[in-house]
Amino acid sequence: MKKLWLFSFLLSCLTCAYIYAADGLKVGDIASDFSLKNVDGSMISLKDYSSSKGIILIFTCNHCPFSKAYEDRIIQINKMYAEKGFPVIAINPNDEISVPEDSYDNMKIRAKEKGFVFPYIHDATQQIAKTYGATRTPHVYLLKNNSGVFSIAYIGAIDDNHSDAENVKEKYLANAIESLMQNKSANPDFTKAIGCSIKWKK
Amino acid sequence: MLYKVHYTLLLPLFAWIFIQSAPNINAQNQGRVVSFPEIDSLLHNSYDTLYVINFWATWCKPCVEELPIFEEINEIYANQPVKVLLISLDFIQDKEKVLLPFIKKKNIQSEIVLLKAENPNEWIDKVDMEWSGALPATLLINNQKKIRKFFEKQFKHEELQDIVTQLLKSEL
Repeated sequence: MKKLWLFSFLLSCLTCAYIYAADGLKVGDIASDFSLKNVDGSMISLKDYSSSKGIILIFTCNHCPFSKAYEDRIIQINKMYAEKGFPVIAINPNDEISVPEDSYDNMKIRAKEKGFVFPYIHDATQQIAKTYGATRTPHVYLLKNNSGVFSIAYIGAIDDNHSDAENVKEKYLANAIESLMQNKSANPDFTKAIGCSIKWKK
Repeated sequence: MLYKVHYTLLLPLFAWIFIQSAPNINAQNQGRVVSFPEIDSLLHNSYDTLYVINFWATWCKPCVEELPIFEEINEIYANQPVKVLLISLDFIQDKEKVLLPFIKKKNIQSEIVLLKAENPNEWIDKVDMEWSGALPATLLINNQKKIRKFFEKQFKHEELQDIVTQLLKSEL
């Protein structure tokens, strides 16, 4: 009986490990394209960015305090790097039934309040968050344009200090972009951060 | 075989540690600010206690929803070697105006510490390699029994209790 228990436990561990490994895109993978609605009503796709060197795709939302803490820094990063070929696309994957504050209409309000000059698109079906393997907000995917095909160059945090922008020591995202601009790989190319879990549809 | 012998020899020591039972970090001081090394040493403790460690924040809706489940565990297993620790990831500057009033209002009995979470990339993997950093997250750990289970999700009612009951029964 004990052996059976141990066996089933090991089996479930293996299954979990498999699912975990197969979950989402990894650094080096081709970035899946999408066509999602921006707050201005237009549709946004990666293919619209064929002349960019890359894209800073950030899963974020209205309600999450970590996302809010990073809004000004995201605006700043776009200001700094859009003209160098790395514009921001912000993408909200949250279920609006779980979090009404993250509805499409509230995204429009938030984008206006904060003066977003970059797209803020709505992943209404949550399919893109699932495909990319995003789990939290904010969650960054830095994409690199290889002659029209975007690949994932960096996944993770914007920097190492969510609560205090003044005391950031490691600017992970900015460093990754700088590396790409010098035709180098991001190092590190994967970091973790605390964030709000993505609110999946029930 | 060698493993078994080793274990048997250490039994009196285990018994002694068990009698000592795990200490509270500091029950008198709800919401005390801790840094990660303190949590890390707790994760490597040698007590025969099942630690139920939950990472949460007052602003995290699913976290707040599942808090009563942890409170229940804390109450039901009060006389058993089970220790519930709620590690808040609220902003440090919100301790006085948000966290402490929340603890008081909800009358939370389980121990709460506030983690000064500098550079999470350095320590998230130390909690568990599978943790992406999303809240809520829960770790069940008893080093002596080599139990380590991690969950990055919100628990449903009784689900956690079933897991704890199962782990308390399990021998190794």
